[in-house]
Amino acid sequence: MAEKISNKDIFFNPFSKDNPVIVQVLGICSCLAVTAKLEPALVMGISVIAVLAFSNVIISLIRNTIPTNIRIIVQLVVVAALVIIVNQLLLAFAYDVSKQLSVFIGLIITNCILMGRLEAFAMSNKPWPSFLDGVGNGIGYSIILVIVGFFRELLGSGTLMGFQVVPQSFYDAGYANNGLMILPPMALIVVACIIWVHRSRNKELQEK
Amino acid sequence: MENLNLFIRSIFVDNMVFAYFLGMCSFLAVSKNVKTAFGLGVAVTFMLVVTLPVNFLLENYVLKAGALSWLGDDFADVDLSFLSLIMFIAVIASMTQLVEMAVEKYSPSLYASLGIFLPLIAVNCAILGGSLFMQQRDFGNVWTATCAGAGWGIGWLLAITAIAAIRERVATYSNVPAPLRGIGITFILCALMGIAFMSFLGIKL
Repeated sequence: MAEKISNKDIFFNPFSKDNPVIVQVLGICSCLAVTAKLEPALVMGISVIAVLAFSNVIISLIRNTIPTNIRIIVQLVVVAALVIIVNQLLLAFAYDVSKQLSVFIGLIITNCILMGRLEAFAMSNKPWPSFLDGVGNGIGYSIILVIVGFFRELLGSGTLMGFQVVPQSFYDAGYANNGLMILPPMALIVVACIIWVHRSRNKELQEK
Repeated sequence: MENLNLFIRSIFVDNMVFAYFLGMCSFLAVSKNVKTAFGLGVAVTFMLVVTLPVNFLLENYVLKAGALSWLGDDFADVDLSFLSLIMFIAVIASMTQLVEMAVEKYSPSLYASLGIFLPLIAVNCAILGGSLFMQQRDFGNVWTATCAGAGWGIGWLLAITAIAAIRERVATYSNVPAPLRGIGITFILCALMGIAFMSFLGIKL
């Protein structure tokens, strides 16, 4: 690394300037799969923060002993083991949520954010910055998930976290839920709108 | 005939990108020009064709409940299915490492342009997704699994080549609002193509 980045920047950059979803374009798959409702999006975000932070630390601790040729396998085994731990913890302490999320928790293994950050950051940095990088990127990812989940649930089902938000009088007046918002393509469009707003505020991110 | 049917359906009806939205990360990031996109598409197709039969054999002769009965009666009620996720990932990761080494040796320019997304093939959801669908759908034999893998791979190749071609045109000819240029417009294009591909749903040969 040519210039030293301060720990504060490592932690805060992923929130907006270097956001994993809308700037680095990692972890789109799960972004589409879990955001039809707000609650799974929130739990998914928290799980990803935990797995990302600890896998970054572990890989960073053993980075000098991993042979380059088999690094992917080592990284995936660490991630898979952590995902299994998170899954067991959810089963033990939050059984209902875990039942809702069962498939998505397994999907964390194939979440590109994990491999992307391990390859790009943890393999060449010390444990403490790696931990900050993991937490920062996890939070950046969760912010996008929550925003997308908020709009899709509000416009698609008229509820938030399962509670009815759009009042009955609206429906009586002819308002209808937009069924299209539940379908996966609309998640792409919502993310595109977020990118639009974000890049019109951060001109240096615009391409060409 | 049945395998051919499955093959065609895997390409269009069950298209990995537009029907299941799997493998989006590398799909969005590596589709800037047709040549690179095609290279990655071929790599993914190869991975699917190789890993699906291997994982099929693993699932049916090692992991499934009672699958170890060929070792003798003592093993007849061993159920290792809780290990399936980690075994599939291990197979996929080791295959990726092989492909990475081969590409680095034989095509350094493709290796340079794929960058970080070559190792990321291992976590390309399309490939793990293929193995999980295989497990879920209970394919009859290895050939069926291979056909499905080839179909999904070619479907993915088709999708990434198509979007790369559209993006090349968009970059040259159209006047996209500045904040949407690049990745933003690609999301919207992708959503529109996804809606278009929904029209294939329900087609049977």
